Amino acid sequence: MNNIQTITRRRFLELTGLASSGVVLMGSLTGTALASVLDEPAGKPLNLFVSIGTDGVVEIIAHRSEMGTGIRTSLPQVVADEMEADWNQVKVIQGLANADYGSQNTDGSRSIRDFYHIMRQMGAAAKHMLEQAAAERWSADSSDVSAKEHKVYHRDGRSLSFGELAVAAAQQDMPELDSLNLKDKQDFQYIGKSVPIVDLDDMCTGRTTYGVDVRIPDMLFASIERTPALQGKAKSFNEAAAKKVAGVVDVVKIDGSPLPSAYNALEGVAVLARDTYSAMHGREQLDVQWDLGDHASYDSASYIDGLAKKVSSGPGVVQRERGDTDKALAAADKSIEATYKAPYLAHAPMEPPMATAHIHDGICEIWACTQTPQSTQRTVAAALGLDQDQVKVHVTLLGGGFGRKSKPDFSVEAALLAKAAGKPVQVIWTREDDIHQDYFHSCSAQYFKGGLDRDGALSAWLAREATPPIASIFNADADIQGAGSLGQSFGTIPFAVPNLRIESHKAPAHMRIGWLRSVYNIPYAFGVGSFMDELAHAAGKNPRDFWLESIGEDRHLTFEQEGLEFSNYGRSLDDYPYDTGRFKNVITRLTNTLAWDEKLPAGQGWGLAAARSFLAYVAVVCKVEVKDGRLSVLEMHTAIDAGTVVNPDRVHSQMEGAMIFGLSLALMGEITFENGQAVQSNFHDYPVARINQTPQIIKTHILPSDALPAGVGEPGVPPVAPSIANAIFAATGQRIREFPFNKTFSV
Amino acid sequence: MDKQTVAFLLNGENTNIDIEPDTPLLWVLRDELNFTGTKFGCGMGLCGACTVHLEGTAVRSCSLPISAVEGKAVTTIEGLAPGGDHPLQQAWIAENVPQCGYCQSGQIMSAASLLASNPNPSDDDIDSAMSGNICRCGTYGRIRKAIKRAAPAVQSWEPAEVNV
Repeated sequence: MNNIQTITRRRFLELTGLASSGVVLMGSLTGTALASVLDEPAGKPLNLFVSIGTDGVVEIIAHRSEMGTGIRTSLPQVVADEMEADWNQVKVIQGLANADYGSQNTDGSRSIRDFYHIMRQMGAAAKHMLEQAAAERWSADSSDVSAKEHKVYHRDGRSLSFGELAVAAAQQDMPELDSLNLKDKQDFQYIGKSVPIVDLDDMCTGRTTYGVDVRIPDMLFASIERTPALQGKAKSFNEAAAKKVAGVVDVVKIDGSPLPSAYNALEGVAVLARDTYSAMHGREQLDVQWDLGDHASYDSASYIDGLAKKVSSGPGVVQRERGDTDKALAAADKSIEATYKAPYLAHAPMEPPMATAHIHDGICEIWACTQTPQSTQRTVAAALGLDQDQVKVHVTLLGGGFGRKSKPDFSVEAALLAKAAGKPVQVIWTREDDIHQDYFHSCSAQYFKGGLDRDGALSAWLAREATPPIASIFNADADIQGAGSLGQSFGTIPFAVPNLRIESHKAPAHMRIGWLRSVYNIPYAFGVGSFMDELAHAAGKNPRDFWLESIGEDRHLTFEQEGLEFSNYGRSLDDYPYDTGRFKNVITRLTNTLAWDEKLPAGQGWGLAAARSFLAYVAVVCKVEVKDGRLSVLEMHTAIDAGTVVNPDRVHSQMEGAMIFGLSLALMGEITFENGQAVQSNFHDYPVARINQTPQIIKTHILPSDALPAGVGEPGVPPVAPSIANAIFAATGQRIREFPFNKTFSV
Repeated sequence: MDKQTVAFLLNGENTNIDIEPDTPLLWVLRDELNFTGTKFGCGMGLCGACTVHLEGTAVRSCSLPISAVEGKAVTTIEGLAPGGDHPLQQAWIAENVPQCGYCQSGQIMSAASLLASNPNPSDDDIDSAMSGNICRCGTYGRIRKAIKRAAPAVQSWEPAEVNV
């Protein structure tokens, strides 16, 4: 039985009267766990997501993780709208890991598109039960009652508040969800409105709890020296020296697992101490000697050059084919070819991975900044030999995620150490750990050859890629991209070209590969978006016109008949067609908002790229200036068609953020490997965009649409790098076929 | 290293702590005094997540040994305004600046230090003063707007009385 009470920090301070006393000592916390993300509703449950207290407070479960998208607000605001709740009387409760909620893997820009309808039904079901309870109380016909503004009204004007109805409503039968009437769009109170995020005040006053902020009485802090190369083994280490450091309590070896890496803990030596700094200081004394293993000779520069040579020199496995591409290229009026390269990247969320584990009373409790509480639960249970229901996972706020925190390896470390130490343990990843031992975003090499007919129209498209697959972390033999990955802007080009062939080459992985915000769309949209610009110039056409002409008529695309099994981000093409009209529309609408055709001063240029990813359509246009070898991005403009939008301000903010995220990787993002080890270590050698590198003009446009909701968190990123590369060409005539661009210019 | 007693003013309160003197202020705040609003981001003074005020000026607490604050005044995000209503905090809320929120304590502390010394900063002044604070979510455009929104109000703002 878990007797640890989880309360908000603010509530804790209220309870203990320490709110304004200035100094809270660790000793004061004895007996009380502290985690400011509430995760147990107190009211009467109406369904899995909605509870109501007799005081009228409506508690809505947020089952997805908050890493900056605003999802802890956006999904509850959908529930509140359908149930006619007053947002000011809504309290959002962060859900524990619980498969009953459905997927909690906050990843793949899926939260709204997968749960919008379900949340509407949960809200409507709660409203129905409140109305039934009121009808019963009044012995009225249910058609005579209706909920509005946190009350249920009788047609004759009587009303009962939600609080007054809470107990009776919880006793009503749950209605058939599909029988419920959902609100009409014109009646929405919150859906489609820019509701401020529920954590806004706390974030501006330092009152939030992230993974690193969890405090459990008697907790130890752990810092871990992990294998620098994939599958390395610790041969020896100086336990005594580490233990000499004041505050150090224990040294624990974590044994790595054989491949595949999956979500297992890496081989490492942990120093456990009373406080973070002692743990870090003790770790410095370990002097671990490593057997670096099979990947110790890996060098990324020569590896990526090798991939580039492979794709540009010979045929690979055909993944999609239409017409006779070789013949068409031979017959083309003009043909061009180009090879592109993209580097490895690290996620570098502002909060590195952090997890706390407490094993007690036969269960293991985890508090973590995780994007994926359920796989945390599964992986920790497996590591400790517990049943899944013996692992309770609390989700804190995440200081950024970007895909890194969808791998629960850091929670597994905390659990193993808590078991070894017999005490609660918080694992602290340093920035160096975060960058050295990431699940790295994959490198890529791509080769394109395109044919143009006499009118400058695209007549043939040959594309080959080699990219170490994410699948390798689950299957060590996986060494070539599958259809699901090629569906991310490489195999699924929307062009009405009569002849095309898409091929893949093998690219074995030498490190843990993982997904990063927008995943393979980053390298693939860079290759495709840049080569389209090259073709436009070869055809003597305005790149915007060339994109629109090449996409061709409005139609819905399918790919199976050409050999590519398109996963469409997990949704059917009936619900989410690949609509060339919407693709063209984002390009047209965006370029119409700015002076695309203006004559710019020497050294300046506009560049365009567009992509469909995560079911949304996005165009990006950048203006750059290149002067004395220095590249400045002066303006960034973007338009997204994401279908139905729940919280426009959060969509704008995601698009603003995507521009900066894309700018970072385009200008400066690169992880290299030497001797099997990541060379970069912190923000001095893995720089990300700072405010002074960010254009004063960033304009985001959301195109109005009643289509089903699409993804928002990721789709803004892919077109950024190619739009900047294309702008550089417009400004200078210099074609950049590799990012980051700081290899060529100072930024 | 032997422990020493370090006495300093933390958010207006006299604070004494026995600690190894090379311990960074960040970890004293977070692990010893439980002021977790100040965040860890890089440990090298490169990202600004740990920004606090030392005698009213922004410093990176991850790289400042606790011995350096002896006899001085340290202000954290928790102490910037007793009611959490510093004009910058109000402006941050009005502009809906935060996304994940993790860096924002440090951003606000850097901005407060800027406005304390430069009541009417230009775009370049803002970029220059804020370039030590990374926001991986990319909220920079809104940070600029929020600083400009807050600038006029900061001059006339008086913190409410602190009741201890």
